[in-house]
Amino acid sequence: MANFFPRWCNWLPLQMAVAGILIACGLTAATWYYVTPKYTKVGYQPIQPVPFPHDIHVTQLGMDCRYCHSFVEVAAQSNVPNTQTCMNCHSQVQKDNPKLEPVRESWKTGKPIEWVWLHRTVDYVFYNHAAHVNRGISCFSCHGPVNHMATVSIAEPHSMAWCLECHRHPENFLRPDDQIFNLDWKPDDVKPAEFVAKYGQPKSATEDWAKKKHLTQHEIGQTLKERWDIAPSTNCQTCHR
Amino acid sequence: MNAAPTDVIESEAASTAESRIKRAPLVLNKRNFSWITERISGVVEQPAPRWWWVCFSITGSIAMFGLFCLGYQISTGVGTWGLNHPVGWAWDITNFVFWIGIGHAGTLISAILYLLRQRWRTSINRSAEAMTLFAVMCAAIFPGVHVGRVWMAWYLAPVWNNYGIWPNFRSPLMWDVFAVSTYFTVSVLFWYTGLIPDLATLRDRATTKIKKFLFGVFACGWRGSNRNWRHYEMAYLLLAGLSTPLVLSVHSVVSFDFATSILPTWHTTIFPPYFVAGAIFGGFAMVLTLLIPARAIFKLHDIITPQHIDKMAKIILLTGSFVSYAYTMEFFVAWYSGNAYERFAFWNRVLGPYWWYWWTGMLFCNVLSPQLFWFRWCRRNILVVYFVCMCVNAGMWFERFIIIVGGLHRDFIPSAWGIFIPTWVDIWTFIGTLGIFTSLFLLFIRFLPMIAMSEVKIVLPEADAHAASPNGHHPVAADGRERT
Repeated sequence: MANFFPRWCNWLPLQMAVAGILIACGLTAATWYYVTPKYTKVGYQPIQPVPFPHDIHVTQLGMDCRYCHSFVEVAAQSNVPNTQTCMNCHSQVQKDNPKLEPVRESWKTGKPIEWVWLHRTVDYVFYNHAAHVNRGISCFSCHGPVNHMATVSIAEPHSMAWCLECHRHPENFLRPDDQIFNLDWKPDDVKPAEFVAKYGQPKSATEDWAKKKHLTQHEIGQTLKERWDIAPSTNCQTCHR
Repeated sequence: MNAAPTDVIESEAASTAESRIKRAPLVLNKRNFSWITERISGVVEQPAPRWWWVCFSITGSIAMFGLFCLGYQISTGVGTWGLNHPVGWAWDITNFVFWIGIGHAGTLISAILYLLRQRWRTSINRSAEAMTLFAVMCAAIFPGVHVGRVWMAWYLAPVWNNYGIWPNFRSPLMWDVFAVSTYFTVSVLFWYTGLIPDLATLRDRATTKIKKFLFGVFACGWRGSNRNWRHYEMAYLLLAGLSTPLVLSVHSVVSFDFATSILPTWHTTIFPPYFVAGAIFGGFAMVLTLLIPARAIFKLHDIITPQHIDKMAKIILLTGSFVSYAYTMEFFVAWYSGNAYERFAFWNRVLGPYWWYWWTGMLFCNVLSPQLFWFRWCRRNILVVYFVCMCVNAGMWFERFIIIVGGLHRDFIPSAWGIFIPTWVDIWTFIGTLGIFTSLFLLFIRFLPMIAMSEVKIVLPEADAHAASPNGHHPVAADGRERT
């Protein structure tokens, strides 16, 4: 048989193998980066009917999260406030601000404002706000620094791996129960003597933590985890009921 | 080996050590290299005969309807199958075990018989390996679809994901995934490696540019040089070594799906060897089911000789005896254990709602019908062989059904007892896989050499220069190894 394939074909399998590996790696990397919630969800910042500035309300004016999201401590669902809640103040304050026109309109007609839903948990996932905020998980852990957001955006990926990150190691996120709604809280704010007096310290601790200068997040978390007996389930049925 | 009687006497006189029992030749009628090439390549090179189109259109339609059933099941839900409490596994897993078992004969022929230097394997190994691949494809459909949400099937693969979860390696269903995918991969490699010299033959004989190109690509530049053959034979040997444990491991792992549970009739240590024997038993029956018609249609009687059929029948008898022993042992252990649940389950197998499955499927088809193969006349009679093979094919399906549904339908609490009734989707999905299997096999015999030409040539007397020589040379090499 005559040479059907030219000489350069000898290199073709190698070239194809190299190209194949590169393409496979590239596709994997691209999927990893672009097709996971870290990319697809984080930073989503829709335009709301009323540009509610959390930074002004919380940081400047000192309002508590629970003034508006009033059921967060007692219900699975953390509510978005109704128009009446807004009008408690805005019937007096800024009552002619044109940006608030949709609120006044809703107040007049009784038709709720159609807020754009950001943190929408899929229907096959059960999430209970009360169970978390009463057990040392701050709003901050899932929603980020909302108190500094002029327009709210998604700060965390809310993927299952992200949920499990905390369910597997809650000590990295737990904080004292009076600091849940203080979104600016830092582990350094904790005074070790006061903290140990209130919550104790883990049995495994060899030194007296009350004498320490600072407590790390891990030390705080470990203490609270033991104190409150926190053992988050990683069973499928915990969230997929 | 192929010497004339006078030569045998002469060599006997020369040396008694070399006087061997005259063996029947593996290729009859003194066919030569050229005849083998022409006959086998001819099947691929001639235009498709009319019967092929008729058969293919029938099997292809059945396959398409099977695929439609799969699509219907996926889009509607697993409720289209007759599965429900307490029978959560039924035809789907029965079919899975049935198909995966069939594959084992191909691997046994290609790997174990190769390592044991059973030269008669050369006539049947190519098509048996192809059958293995097609059977594994059919098998893979069922557990894949059985998961219910097929788009979630990738959970079975250990890949990093944003769900932060990992397959549960303690589950035997997970072991199945690895056993079957390894099996398929190694089988494909083995089959393809064996094909390379034959693809080169077809490339060299090809008349059109497209055929030259395609066969040329897949022949990987094979030139039949000494260097080519040395690498090829080493690769083939290594793959045979890799495949050999798979013959035993794959169906052992499949049996763990049952054996690691706590259900009476499933929770048995005899299951792995019992399943492996059953797989080879059913697989050889399927090899014969496919090869007997192919042999008749393509006039391959000189290559697939009565000797080959005889030997395969003996393997069916042997493995059938293993299986019969396992059946007996199950009953014995049920009695001997004194376990009321175990005893009940086996009484239920014989006298319960599925009694006739046991009496016809397991007893008649699997235990009694292979007993015919004790007789040489039966092993040499194509009709009897075909009858027994069909019995075994059906019997092995029934056996799996009895194990699976028989174990499930009588739960521990009588109030949870139930019965399984297949729906039309169940039935047609299974028939569909029969269509897929036969269609793929028809495509295979149409486009690829169904007999390993190069390997059959090696077992011809002409391939052994010394054996063919009428006087002087020894049929055994200087280092004592038999020439192959």
